[in-house]
Parts: sequence; structure tokens; C-alpha cells
Amino acid sequence: MSETSAKKNKLDLFFHLVFLVAGASGVIILGLIFAFLVMESLPIFNVVSVKDFILGLDWYPTYLPADYGILPLIVGSACVVALATLIAIPLGIGTAFYLAEIAHPRTRAMIKPVIELIEGLPTVVIGFFGMVVVAPYLQRTFNLTTGLNMFNAGIMLSFMAVPTIASIAEDAIYSVPVHVREGSLALGASQWETLYRVVFPAALSGISTAVILGIARALGETMVVLMVAGGAAMIPESIFDPVRPMPANIAAEMGNAAFRSDHYHALFAIGLVLFVITFLFNMLATWIANRHKQVGAASL
Amino acid sequence: MEKPTKIAVRNLDFYYGQSKALSQISLEFKKNQVSALIGPSGCGKSTFLRCINRMNDLIPGVRVEGELLIENQNIYGSAVDVVSLRRKVGMVFQKPNPFPKTIFENVAYGMRVNGIRNRTEIRDRVEQSLRQAALFDEVKERLDQSALRLSGGQQQRLCIARALAVEPDVVLMDEPCSALDPRSTTRVEELIGELRSTYTIIIVTHNMQQAARVSDYTAFLYEGELIEYGLTRQLFVKPQKKQTEDYITGRFG
Repeated sequence: MSETSAKKNKLDLFFHLVFLVAGASGVIILGLIFAFLVMESLPIFNVVSVKDFILGLDWYPTYLPADYGILPLIVGSACVVALATLIAIPLGIGTAFYLAEIAHPRTRAMIKPVIELIEGLPTVVIGFFGMVVVAPYLQRTFNLTTGLNMFNAGIMLSFMAVPTIASIAEDAIYSVPVHVREGSLALGASQWETLYRVVFPAALSGISTAVILGIARALGETMVVLMVAGGAAMIPESIFDPVRPMPANIAAEMGNAAFRSDHYHALFAIGLVLFVITFLFNMLATWIANRHKQVGAASL
Repeated sequence: MEKPTKIAVRNLDFYYGQSKALSQISLEFKKNQVSALIGPSGCGKSTFLRCINRMNDLIPGVRVEGELLIENQNIYGSAVDVVSLRRKVGMVFQKPNPFPKTIFENVAYGMRVNGIRNRTEIRDRVEQSLRQAALFDEVKERLDQSALRLSGGQQQRLCIARALAVEPDVVLMDEPCSALDPRSTTRVEELIGELRSTYTIIIVTHNMQQAARVSDYTAFLYEGELIEYGLTRQLFVKPQKKQTEDYITGRFG
């Protein structure tokens, strides 16, 4: 007996170690990436101050003397993501409510996997669609010089954020317990009143998390904005102006930047900025999810 | 003295899809009395209770035949508005199900969805309902706190207050004490005793002592059929049917 139990203990210890290594490796790799980003980006701040880097209006990395101001890139990213969010929130949450509340279980079982499939669509396909279909349409309809602009990029990014938002928000809405809904209906509330007065508030933290993760996804997306945002490093004046979001800028220029040149370090610094912003968004999502976490019967 | 009939059930059949859950139920509930529904699990007592405020409508594929009259109006008639029916027939559930809102808003909810806007009226009625549910003194200092922070027993009394706030005639209780500790159970049972003068109460319970303690009338259901219905003290002391006797003496169920 004791021999078997000793064996079991050894096995337990073995699996304990296996999972510890697996779990820790994620954190370690993330830490290494961050350290690498910091190391590779620091040298640029010998050339340009942090303030001039973040708030500088001109991005001319190949000129002499070069300008490393990334404000147009930050604004480009912010505008495109804001536009995408504006489109994706109503669509994503609407989809989530439809699936969780209105759709027949059979319809739900059909649509939900499709939405999750769209989530996994290669982003280059979405970018291609934006380039070949949406851009010429926009150009013709609004009589623009180019259809590759902030508006197009916003639509395409919302395309990517909708499945993320819909899928996570749907889980949150669906997990509001039946007996909480019944409590509302039993008081003479209609289905619609139950939906917006009880179910929506109960699912709000999950829905907020869904939206923020959707935004984070749109923020980090590279291929789509590279293909359809137009690529002009300037602060846009209209939603039909071309922009150059941060990820697109890095992807477009990294191949041309000489190894360990100022340009190279500046691109890493942009990556660092992007990393910090995305990280903050994810922190925010976690914070909201925990802050509004329900206790008791209506827990999510 | 015999009280007037509040609810009359005539030949009620209930189906979940193809399977029949209730068969030819006929009985009358008297006004301002407490009636208990007892029977083993799966006998259809909860299903029957949920027929009375049409909560079963929410389940797809159910079908009701026969009549269920509340004050001589068939609630399964075509002209019946389910929303106003549920306002007249309140319900307390097995598991306390407060909304993720403040204590005050939980009680005010029913009034708000029923179109009451007057703030003074809402405030007065919230207080009155909480007093009726014997909860006011425990929560008066923290009406703006989340209801989810209350204990299970307090949550259940809150749910009772919430049901009372819309001023129903009938209160349905579906095993309201099954998730509560003995002390909270006693509180809720006392409460039922106090409410009986104003409301017609129908309570489902699997606890026979509870049925004996709180109810005036008891109905025993078994496999979807009404086996026996009568005054509680008669049914428990001198049951007419062999099955009732077997059940209340604990030989099955």
C-alpha cells in the first residue's frame, strides 16, 4: 500500500512541476518580450526626448535630420479604433442580445459557431476585402481621392471587433440566471422591461469586458490597417482622410529600417507605446470584471 | 364560516410537449386562506403552482387544457393580459432571486414596471412592503446597498416584500424555505401567518410539518393527479385516501 502511495505522490509531484513550467512559461515569455521592447527602444530617447517623441507632429524617419514625432500615428490609431468601436458596440451587443434572448436555441446553435469562425478569419482576408470591395465603393460614392482611409479602416476593424464583442457579451447575458428573469416577469414586467432593467445591468460587467477586449483587439490589429488605412502619417481632419495607425507603421517600415539604427529603435518605441496601451486596456477589462462581480444568486 | 372562492380550477390538464404533467385537476382555493400543495418530487405541484400565474408560458412547447378561474375569469382565456395577471398574482421562488440592484430598487421594481412614477408613493410603499415582510428594521439603514449582500433569509423576505409591493391578491410560494436555515424558515412561516388576513396564499412545500403549521387547506398531488384536498387538520389527522396516508406517514416520497 505505502509503495503505491509513494508512487502516487511522485506522480503528483511530476504533474505539479509540468503544469508549473507550462504556466510560468507564459509569464516569463511575456516578461522577456517586454524587456526586449524596452531595451530596443531606449536608445531612441538619446536622439529625441520622450515628450517630443509622443507629442511630435512630424514622422519623417528617413529625412536628414530625421523627425520622430509619433502623435499622428497615435491619433491615427485612436481615430480608427474609436470609429470601429462606435460601429462595433451596437452591432456586437445587439448580436449578443439577439443570440442570448431572442433567437431560437436551434438558431443560436447555428449562428454562434459561425460568429466564432469569423473571429478566426485571417485578417489579411478582411484587409483584402476592404481594399478590393469597400475602397472603390467609398471612392465612387463619396467622390474621394482614395477609398483607403480612416473610414474604411474603421469599418474593417469593426468587422473584427464585432465577433469578439458578440461572443463574450453573449456569454455574459446568457449566464444571467433564469430565476432572476423569472423574478422580474412574475412582477408583471414585460420581456423587454426584463431585458433592459434586469438582464442588461446584471450582465453589464461582462458586456464591458467584451467591449474592451474588442477594442484591444482592434487596437493591436496590423494587417487590416496596413492594407486599408491609407498610410498617411498626418493628423486626420475628416473621417475620409488616410491615416497611419501605429501597428501599420511598424509593419510597413521595419523591413526598411537598418538594424540598430535610430529608425529601428524608434519603431520599437512605438511598439512599446502600443504594448502599454493594450496592456492598460486589458487591465481595465479585468478591473471592471472584478469590480462589478456579483455575489449571491445573480453571480456571473 | 366558509370564505368565498378566489381561484377555481376545473379539469386542468398540463402537457410538456407530449408528456402529461397534470391530469384533470379540479379544486377551489378560498379567499384569504393559506393552501399548501404537497406531494413527492415530480408530482407536478410546482408545475401546478406555475399555472396559476402562467409562468409556464415561458417554456416552449407547453399546453394547458381546462379552466383556471380567478374571480370567475378564466386566465387562459384569449382576452387575458398576462402582464396584469402576474401583477395580481405574485410569486416567491424556491431560491431567493433578488435583482442585482439596491434593496430599495428591488422592492420598487414592480411598481416602476407597472407605471408608478410618484416618488413619495414609491417610497411609502417600499417601506410598507418591507415592514409587511418583517425586514424593514434590519435594512432601514442600508436601503441603498446591494440586495445581494443580504443573507439568504433576508433575501427571501426581500423577495416577499418585492412581491407584496405591487399589491397582489394572490401570493404563490414555491418552496420558499427550502434554501433557508431553520431560523429564517421560522421567520418566513410567521410571516405567512401574518399575511393570510390580506392575501390568498398558495404554498408548495415538501416539508409536511410546514404544510401542517402554516396552511388552512392542503392538497396532496401524486403523479400529476390530485389525490386529496381538504382542511389541513383533517388531511393530516384523518386522511381519506390510502396514498395520502402512506405519504404523510412517510411510507413513500
